[in-house]
Amino acid sequence: MKLLSPQDWAAHKGKFIALWTDADHAYALYQPSELVAVKLEHGAYPALPHAGAGWFQRLAHDLNGHIAAGAADTRPAVDHGRNADGTGPWPEFSAPEVEGVHQVAVGPVHAGIIEPGHFRFSVLGEQVLKLEARLGYAHKGTLGLIRGKSPRLAARYAARISGDATIAHSLAFAHAAEAALGVTPPARAIYLRAIMAELERLANHTSDIGAMAGDAGFAFLDARFAYLRELICAACATAFGHRLMMDIVIPGGVAGDIAGDGAGAIRAALDAIEAELPSLTRVFEDYASLQDRVVGTGIVPLALAEAYHAGGYVGRASGQTHDSRLLPGYPPYETFPLYVPVEKDGDVAARIKIRLAEIPESIRLVRDMLASLPAGPVALLLPPESGHGLGVAESFRGPVWHWLRIESGSIADVFVADPSTLHWPLLEHAATTAILADFPLINKSINGSYSGVDL
Amino acid sequence: MVWKTVTRHFISRAPAPLTAEPALVASLRERLQAAGQARLGRSLAIRHVPAGSCNACELELRATQNLIYDLTQYGLSFTPSPRHADVLLITGVAGVNMVQAVQQARAAMPDPVLVIAVGDCAVDGGVFKGSPAVKGGAEAMLPVDLMIGGCPPAPVQIVQGLLALIEAHDDASAPPRPVVP
Repeated sequence: MKLLSPQDWAAHKGKFIALWTDADHAYALYQPSELVAVKLEHGAYPALPHAGAGWFQRLAHDLNGHIAAGAADTRPAVDHGRNADGTGPWPEFSAPEVEGVHQVAVGPVHAGIIEPGHFRFSVLGEQVLKLEARLGYAHKGTLGLIRGKSPRLAARYAARISGDATIAHSLAFAHAAEAALGVTPPARAIYLRAIMAELERLANHTSDIGAMAGDAGFAFLDARFAYLRELICAACATAFGHRLMMDIVIPGGVAGDIAGDGAGAIRAALDAIEAELPSLTRVFEDYASLQDRVVGTGIVPLALAEAYHAGGYVGRASGQTHDSRLLPGYPPYETFPLYVPVEKDGDVAARIKIRLAEIPESIRLVRDMLASLPAGPVALLLPPESGHGLGVAESFRGPVWHWLRIESGSIADVFVADPSTLHWPLLEHAATTAILADFPLINKSINGSYSGVDL
Repeated sequence: MVWKTVTRHFISRAPAPLTAEPALVASLRERLQAAGQARLGRSLAIRHVPAGSCNACELELRATQNLIYDLTQYGLSFTPSPRHADVLLITGVAGVNMVQAVQQARAAMPDPVLVIAVGDCAVDGGVFKGSPAVKGGAEAMLPVDLMIGGCPPAPVQIVQGLLALIEAHDDASAPPRPVVP
């Protein structure tokens, strides 16, 4: 970590990932894992000019009361001004001053089975002119609950920051705790974690690709992809005892070894997916009515993806090439060559293409890792030491970053950056490239986590 | 090959449907009778409202609709509008920011309404119990008829819980749903 003067802090160049504050300092994280800090002056720090800093600065204000001096966007993030009985003021949204514009309010209760968030569209006819997303409805005070607990105990909260990326968050949390305490987990645990992370990627990619087809009115693909996801979840339950593998990745290793028949169950699920995927991909590519809905819809321009340094399939569909499994990288991926697909169209179709291309890649990785799984113990005890550490893991959405400061074995401070934080502003833009009726499709194609940013 | 998949479906036999646990049905029936609640039909429309979950419960709720669990075969379906719903299904910790939205969704539903809490968070706050940002469970917002625990509950558990609710409810002694002219 580098302590900077306020001038150097505000002028620091680099690819911005996250910003947070503790009692005395504000921290900013840049690619690949450069951590800089500035001292707080009367609870304030200079606002950063990076595109992605907005939500982090608003969150730091709502959680810790620290002010980003000179910030353009000072809307509340998770503090909705609710009274004890849950009542509170009705939110205000500004509309573009164009004749004939009206607003459409959606949420926080949505039509489907998804998380809560409010979307305020300003529309002219069918065209969306502006979208303002109001998040914070899933706020649970997770960071506050993590403080004061041991890393082992706090892993329960890390596993529940975003349920669909439970392995990635648990893994980033474990990486941070292990970096802070200077321990390296056993080789078998490292492999098992990577196998679980790739299975999680497969489960999310299959179910989301199907859901996008479903949103475009194509129920057959939705049904088949949901079935493939179910195969993975069932295999995970056999191998690791939990369909989503929650609470299995812990600081120091994994909580339990793979079951005796686990590898066979996983291989059988992978074989079934591999056998069916080509025909499903062909359906996707061959049906003009489906292509009509996804091609050219919800465009995230390359320059915008670059400015936000977007990760995962959102970034990769718009020309971004980074993948935290390679840069900064973590074991065991140095042993396994990894192909990262990249597209440049930036539309819903490109995001689907990236996810379709990542499926065979994850299948190959899981098979290779299962075949070369080292023997030995799966966890070690953490020493009750002090230190601070950064941890990263590539979730299906992109890099998840955790930062921990541990004092005598108990967590003194913590921050969590989900890749969705940088994706939500891109959704706000992508929605304005299409009509209102395309929004569910665009939203699903970016699939930001609500819980992951509301913390 | 799509035709292969379709053919396989036509010639394959459907798995046996899930059934409710008798003990759960009995206790639920007692509870519903004590409440003197008006009877709904066997086919229930469910409105799901997330009140601060981590989205794992949503994943498993969606899974109840897939080819394996096929919730619709039991006459249960999710509806986008509270106006069409018989069941209010709540997931999540009852975050302070969602209390009003949940209560408004309930108010928009025609009586009688059954309220179900799905997942440990909706049961009592789960691991997030004690945080100042959460009320700690659906019961803190509304009276709850059925709780389905688990973190997250597997689709089988969710389906069985919903079936128990139907069974317990399908009791001829309860007054039928009033018909609004």
